[in-house]
Amino acid sequence: MTAPANPAPHGADAETIWVEHVAWFDRVPRAVAMAFVFAVFIGLWELVTLLGLVSPIILPTPLETLKDVILVGRNLIGGEYMLAALWTTLRAVAYGFALAVAIGFSLGVLVGETAFGERAIMPYLVAIDTMPKVAFAPIFIAWLGFDIESKVALAAFIATFPIVVGTAAGLHSADANARMLFKTMGATRWQTLVKMKLPTGLPQIFTGLKIAAVGVMAGAITGEFLGGGRGFGELIRIASTQLNTPRVFSLIIYLSLVGMLLFGIVVWMQRHFVFWHKDRVVGGEV
Amino acid sequence: MSSVAALASVPTQSAEIVYQLSGIGKTYARNATHALQGIDLTLRKGSFSSVIGSSGCGKSTLLKIMAGLVPPSTGRVVLQGRPVTGPRRDIGMMFQQATLFPWRTTIENIVLPIEIRDGKKAALAAHDPARALLELVGLKGFDKAYPGELSGGMAQRAAICRMLITEPAVLLLDEPFSALDELTRDFMNMELQRICASRDATAFLVTHSIPEAVILSDVVYVMKPRPGRIAEEVVIDLPRPRTLEMITTPKFGALVERIRNRLDKEAFI
Ligand SMILES: Nc1ncnc2c1ncn2[C@@H]1O[C@H](COP(=O)(O)OP(=O)(O)O)[C@@H](O)[C@H]1O
Ligand SMILES: [Mg+2]
Repeated sequence: MTAPANPAPHGADAETIWVEHVAWFDRVPRAVAMAFVFAVFIGLWELVTLLGLVSPIILPTPLETLKDVILVGRNLIGGEYMLAALWTTLRAVAYGFALAVAIGFSLGVLVGETAFGERAIMPYLVAIDTMPKVAFAPIFIAWLGFDIESKVALAAFIATFPIVVGTAAGLHSADANARMLFKTMGATRWQTLVKMKLPTGLPQIFTGLKIAAVGVMAGAITGEFLGGGRGFGELIRIASTQLNTPRVFSLIIYLSLVGMLLFGIVVWMQRHFVFWHKDRVVGGEV
Repeated sequence: MSSVAALASVPTQSAEIVYQLSGIGKTYARNATHALQGIDLTLRKGSFSSVIGSSGCGKSTLLKIMAGLVPPSTGRVVLQGRPVTGPRRDIGMMFQQATLFPWRTTIENIVLPIEIRDGKKAALAAHDPARALLELVGLKGFDKAYPGELSGGMAQRAAICRMLITEPAVLLLDEPFSALDELTRDFMNMELQRICASRDATAFLVTHSIPEAVILSDVVYVMKPRPGRIAEEVVIDLPRPRTLEMITTPKFGALVERIRNRLDKEAFI
C-alpha cells in the first residue's frame, strides 16, 4: 500500500472513484429473480414428468395442474359446491383464529403480567405445548361432533400457544428504564400495562400472531381430514382417494392462497400498528 | 458536616429547606447488600448539589429513596414539609437513558406524566406549555417528530421537558448525560445550568464525573462505598453563571484535585 503523496482534489479524477462491487445476481430486481426461480421450478417439474420419471398418479404435469386450477377457479367463481366448501373452511379458520386470539391474548397477559400466572400456569402451558396437538383431533371430534365445531377447536388449540408465548414475551420485553419511568410518574399497574408494556410488546405479539396464522390453517385442514365435514380438507381427501392428483394439487394451491391472505392481513396490521421501525422500544439512545 | 456547611459562601444557604434526609440507611434484603448507611442531607431552595462516588457505592439507591421509588430501611425523607412515602408529582427525575416511547411523538412523550396523573384531556391541555418547554431546550418545531428522528442529545432534551412539565419542586438527575459524547455533554450541562437558574430549581445530580460535578454544583458530596455514606462535603465557591472556560482555571483544578484525592483514597478500601 502506498499512500499518494499528493492526493487529487475531490472529483478531479473520475477514474479513481471507488465503486463497491456487487455480484450481478444480487443486483437483479426482486420480481425478475422470483420469476426466474418460478420458471426453473416449473421447468424441472415439466422435465420430470416429460421423461416419465414419476407416475402421473403421483405427479401430474404442470399443464394438467394448471387446467385443473382453472377448472376449480371456474367452480369457485360460479358459486358452485367448491365455493361452499371453501366458505366452510374459511369459517373454521376465522373462528379458530378469533378464538385463539381471545384465549391466547388473555392467557398471555395473565402469564406475562402476574407472578402467579408465570409460576403456576406457564409450566402447564409449556407442557401442553410440547404435545403433538394434532393427536387431540379424535378427542375434539368425539366431544364436538363432525361439524365445524371440532375443526374450530383443533385450529384454535394449535394457534393459541404461539399467541400466549408472544404476548408473555412481549410484556416481559419492557426494560428497567421504562418501568422505572412509569413508577416515577405514579402510574397504576393498569396504566403501565396499557400505555407501556403492551405497546412495547407488540412486535413479539405479532410474531406470535403470524405463527398462529400458519398453525390455524393446518389445524382446520387436519380437522377436516380426520373429522369429515364439508370443507376444502374433505375435497382434498376425496380427490386423493380417487387418485385425482391434479385436483389435490390445485386445491392445495387455493388453500395456500387463503393462508397467504390470512398471513398478509396480520403483516398489514403489524405494519399499521408497529409503525416505528426499531425492534427496541426505548428510543433516544445513541 | 454542618460545620462544613457553615463555611459555605453559597448564596442559597439561607434559603428555605426543600429536602431533608436524616439517618437514611438501606439494606437490600434480597442479596443482603448494605447499600447505604447514616445519610444526612439538607437541600435548600435553588441550590444545585451533586453526589459523586465510584460505581456501585449506592448513588442510584440514594436517589431512588429520595424519589420515593424505594423505601429506606432506616431514616426519614421529608420534601417540602411532607414525608416522602411514594412517587410524587413535585419530584422530577431524569436518568441516563432518555426512554422516549417510539409510538408517541415528542410532544406526546413530554405530556405523558400529565396523561398518567390527570388523564388524556389534561395532557392535551398541556401541549402549549410543552411547546414552550421545547423552545426552552432548543427543540422548537420538533413537537411532532418521533423519537427515532432525534439524536441522543435531542432525546435527552426532550426528557428534560418531560421532567419539567409537571413543574416539580426538585430535580433528581441520575447521570443524565453520561450516555452522550463529551462535547454534547458539556453543552448539555451548560443548558441544564441555564434551565435550573431560569426556574430557580433545586437540583440533585448523581454523577461519576468530577469536572461535571464541580462545574454545576454549589456543593459536592463525596460518597464512600460499602456501605454507601457521605465522606465529605465540598463547597464549590466558583462564581455563577459558570462557563466551560472555568475548567482551565487553577481554582477549578484545585477543587477537582481535592475531590479526586478523596475518592481515590476511599475507592480501594
Ligand atoms: N434492587 C436491588 N436489589 C439488590 N441490590 C441492589 C439493588 N439495587 C442496587 N443494589 C446494590 O446496591 C449497591 C448500590 O447500587 P447503586 O445504588 O445502583 O450504586 P451506584 O448508582 O452508585 O452505581 C450495589 O452493590 C448494588 O448491587
Ligand atoms: Mg447508578
